[in-house]
Amino acid sequence: MSKVNRATATQSLSVSFTVGLYGTAFGAASIAAGFSLLTFSGASQFAIVGVMGAGGSAISGIATASLLGIRNGLYGLRMAPLLKVRGFKRVIAAQVTIDESTGVAIGQEDLGIDAMKQGFWLTGFGVYIFWNFFTLLGALGAQAMGNPSAWGLDAAVPAAFLGLVWPRLTGKFERTLAASAIILAILLSPIISAGLPIIATALLAVAFGWRQRT
Amino acid sequence: MNTLWLGVIGTSLIAFLLKYLGHSIPEKYVNNPRALRINTLIPIALLSALVGVQTVTEKGQWVIDQRLAGVAVALIALSLKAPYFVVVISAAITSAALYRL
Repeated sequence: MSKVNRATATQSLSVSFTVGLYGTAFGAASIAAGFSLLTFSGASQFAIVGVMGAGGSAISGIATASLLGIRNGLYGLRMAPLLKVRGFKRVIAAQVTIDESTGVAIGQEDLGIDAMKQGFWLTGFGVYIFWNFFTLLGALGAQAMGNPSAWGLDAAVPAAFLGLVWPRLTGKFERTLAASAIILAILLSPIISAGLPIIATALLAVAFGWRQRT
Repeated sequence: MNTLWLGVIGTSLIAFLLKYLGHSIPEKYVNNPRALRINTLIPIALLSALVGVQTVTEKGQWVIDQRLAGVAVALIALSLKAPYFVVVISAAITSAALYRL
């Protein structure tokens, strides 16, 4: 792999750290640090802890969490032809295929395929390290961070994702897709289970991409 | 083994299988022009949707609060071509300031 460019590295680190900080909130919610090491899918982790914490069964917790994990499969579909890895490397690549690593990868498209790959791996490992580190801190009772909202983390995370998608929204076509996806997911949120409103927007991508643009 | 650990293992297994499945679709199925176009657009749609959901919903309900202001400031920063970390930090500062008011 060629030399890592600075912009990609900085972005990977910013995303990893910002998202990782949220791990303290998770750690505080559950001492099962095993989640962060093994599941490594933030939304799924919060979901199952929420369900089981409220007295739900393991099965319903797993089902709820899994709905949130579906989108990682769709990211894998996009990342596989880029990474072109097999065997054990594919296992590792799959484990770190999440919103953040995919987001940074597509955010680097203007810098070329090498930068996209580097962004994926750096962010995948970066989030893994920070997420687990902060989960552990939270689990050990380091709630000194307090409420993530008090530190603006609740806005920093969506802003971080917006910043990753932004370079892709150069044309009217992509902007229309993004705006439609935002609206659809928000409208569906009170109606269908967590996770599904976001996955539903993949249908918009299918509709938008069906015909070749002239 | 208590049920929480059952949850940990079950969730982890399914989470991994879903990720691995995506990586294991043979390339020939995603190599035609239409699939390539769609495959490029999917993360754009999903991540945009994620921004929307994280900004104005909470536990499946619409909630308008300091997050929206933070993300709006990030949007302005992006349109002014601000560096990435400025985008993220400006959102955090805006949201935190409003939260603490």
